[in-house]
Amino acid sequence: MKTIILRTASTYLLPVLLLFSVFILLRGHYSPGGGFVGGLIASIAFVLHSFARGLDNTKELLRMHPGFLMPIGLALAFLAGVTPVLLFDLPFMTGLWYPGHLPVLGSLGSALFFDLGVYLVVVGVTLTIIFTISESA
Amino acid sequence: MLLAILLGFAFSFFLVFTGKFFKGRISILAAGIPLALFIYFAQFIGRISDGEVITQFHSWIPAFGVNLGFTLDGLSLLFSLMITGIGFLVFVYTSSYLKGHKYLDRFYGYLSMFMAAMLGLVLSDNLISLFVFWELTSITSFFLIGFNNTSIASRKSAIIALSITGIGGLSLLVGALFLGAITGTYSIAEMLTMNPEIASNPYYILIVLLIFGAAFTKSAQFPFHFWLPGAMKAPTPVSTYLHSATMVKAGIYLLMRLTPVLGDHEFWNTTLIIVGAITMVYSAIHTLFRTDLKGILAYSTISALGILVFLIGQGTVEALTAAAVFIIVHALYKATLFLVTGIIDHQAGTRDTTVLRGLRKVLLPVAAAGFLAALSSAGIPPTIGFIGKELTYESTFHFGNIAILLMALIIITKILLLYAGFVAGIKPFTGALPARFENTKMPSFILWLPPVLLAVAGLIFGIFPGIIEGSLVKPMVSSMGLDGKEIHLKLFHGFNVILLLSAITIALGTVLYFVLKPTKKLETWIAKFEFISPQTILTNSWGFFYKFSNTWTNLFQNGYLRNYVSTIMVFMIVLTGYALFRTATYSVDFTTFSPITVYEAITSLVMLVAIVYTVFTRSRLAAVAAMGIIGYAICILFVIYSAPDLAMTQFSIDTLTVILFVLVLYKLPKYLKLSDYKTRIKDGVLSLSFGSIIILLILEVLAEPISSDVSDYYAQNAYILAHGKNVVNVILVDFRGADTMIEISVLAIAAIGVFALLKLRLKKSDKR
Repeated sequence: MKTIILRTASTYLLPVLLLFSVFILLRGHYSPGGGFVGGLIASIAFVLHSFARGLDNTKELLRMHPGFLMPIGLALAFLAGVTPVLLFDLPFMTGLWYPGHLPVLGSLGSALFFDLGVYLVVVGVTLTIIFTISESA
Repeated sequence: MLLAILLGFAFSFFLVFTGKFFKGRISILAAGIPLALFIYFAQFIGRISDGEVITQFHSWIPAFGVNLGFTLDGLSLLFSLMITGIGFLVFVYTSSYLKGHKYLDRFYGYLSMFMAAMLGLVLSDNLISLFVFWELTSITSFFLIGFNNTSIASRKSAIIALSITGIGGLSLLVGALFLGAITGTYSIAEMLTMNPEIASNPYYILIVLLIFGAAFTKSAQFPFHFWLPGAMKAPTPVSTYLHSATMVKAGIYLLMRLTPVLGDHEFWNTTLIIVGAITMVYSAIHTLFRTDLKGILAYSTISALGILVFLIGQGTVEALTAAAVFIIVHALYKATLFLVTGIIDHQAGTRDTTVLRGLRKVLLPVAAAGFLAALSSAGIPPTIGFIGKELTYESTFHFGNIAILLMALIIITKILLLYAGFVAGIKPFTGALPARFENTKMPSFILWLPPVLLAVAGLIFGIFPGIIEGSLVKPMVSSMGLDGKEIHLKLFHGFNVILLLSAITIALGTVLYFVLKPTKKLETWIAKFEFISPQTILTNSWGFFYKFSNTWTNLFQNGYLRNYVSTIMVFMIVLTGYALFRTATYSVDFTTFSPITVYEAITSLVMLVAIVYTVFTRSRLAAVAAMGIIGYAICILFVIYSAPDLAMTQFSIDTLTVILFVLVLYKLPKYLKLSDYKTRIKDGVLSLSFGSIIILLILEVLAEPISSDVSDYYAQNAYILAHGKNVVNVILVDFRGADTMIEISVLAIAAIGVFALLKLRLKKSDKR
């Protein structure tokens, strides 16, 4: 599948798709989207890149094994859940919101960090499974 | 008090990181922990003997009434002092006994974890936290029995001990839940006043049986006693600490603690007396047939536990005083005998009583300790054992109209126990020293000082019983809900029938010791009856259960994924089909359905074509691609029915699924071997009926009135409570965020599983 068109396109498609996945992640709270879909789109972006330019190239691009994204994401999601318990003595997973208004993001809350955790776990899980299967003889 | 309990857990956790460093010379420093705890608990003696009860409360799961409440009264104080005091000596002893052992750090870790759990058990006021600590002692005991993990016998004994005590633990949990349901609290202190209510409850007998199930398994009562001799596979310090002084007394502790709550009832008293009597006589007889020193001690321990149960069953002030004193007596002399046996094993290399002789010439201080302990075990004055025996006789003597029978049983037991104590504590040291033991070396004082200290304590308490009378025994009896004011411990009670019986016991026991010599012949003779022992019966029924579950599991878990899927589908069809057949109304009103639009018709047509193609194509890749088309068509249906979130996710998932399939299929061999005609018919029937059932199910659901409370709540509150306008996402990250948290954890576990399965390349030698 290493056609010249796909190879050339994948170079430009990867950043665009990743940007799109982040966009989907961020808009999730108000419109269709969210961490799960965002993570899947980001994984598809990397899988597409690996199809066009070979798995080794993609791995080099990632610099670390995608499996490491799983603990990072889980820790982030968990922290978003326990922060209200530790800092404000509220029940686990209570939503905390920054009272002001931020440019670009709009309002900022602990739910975003939780969703970011989901996003990272999904990318980690999908890429680990697909890379492992395609590597095994 | 919470800190005192957590200290042991903290230490074993600390050993995980510093174990390597710790294994060297400084391992004896570990003994500082039980010593510090001993001093901590000892400072309460004054306050407790004044009748004070010290309590501490930390809420844990208040919603379920489960809290960490701790009570320090006479009963728990005595046990705490025993746990930490004997614990200290055992910690010291171990540092020399297992010197240079590969897993010494691990051993100390288990031991201190056990100590902490045991302390938690005797201090807990809440039945549920008591259960948690109870199970922790079973688990640490499992690790300690199986400490020599290369020996099959050790591992087997560990499993048996864990199964027996574990079943008892579950029985305790159920009993605790029943008690909690009846009284509305799990706090033992609050149950104390409710004895009449509990006793008149229809479930009283069941509760008592459940509590007995726990106590009898833990304290090795007949017919659950057999795990204890097996547990002697553990290193001697463990046998000393867990399986004679502390853990096996947890059942006794539970019975004593619940005496004011459940006791004073005919069923309670009779059952305890019968079981205790059978246990004490049965295992005392067994000591005659053993030649291994630890085997003798194991059976005499079971017998002593039987005596305790027997005394608790009598339930009078006299009997409970006797039990309190006997716990102290037994802990002192039995721990000494075990430690002495350990030294003999360590220095002379055998525990066989038929060859051990004359060791006093090489191990004099050890011989002295053994001698004193044997005297105490025999109940010969002026040791504390004598006081314990006198009290036991006296309370039994005054026990109603069957006193004569009970008296006979207890005297027989005491005679046999005297024999057992003499064989373990005196026999190895008397007589001429055989040539093979002449080079036996005197061990370091770290090894012999602990048993000597314990034996001397038994002597001092015997001569001056006042030391333990006011400080330990009286508060202990009053914490069992009885008036302990009249208790006076004395060495000499004047000339009476009890003293005469005592003299007869000692005389007959001594005669028995000189007449009967333990031989291998007797041991092989008793082994003939092994086939009717409770152990054999139980292990055989386990074997049957194991075989049955093996066959059952292999029937369904046969390693073929396609069979798993069809099994699931068949069960679903049968169960759902049956339920639908029984309850369904089949009253579908087709007029309420919205008309079919052009988009829906086209999408369905595409789906149908793709399905037919998937089934009949001869190329794997084409089949996968057609499956992808079906998935995309479902996405379009989601879009039509305005579920964009679902459609997006399904779309990405389908893309990835096709990619995964292609990756896997790409690796398969090129040739095509399609399933035969029969299998295809079978699969076709299965999938058609599965589909029909699902359709029926959905139609049936439509016929039910729909309650939209939940979705309305989410829709109304998504923005107010969670600042989100996309309800689906708000549910995922906020309302039901904990679910999502667990789901992503499961995802991560699945990925690790795939990674491990495919990356693991076992060496040939590691494969089974």
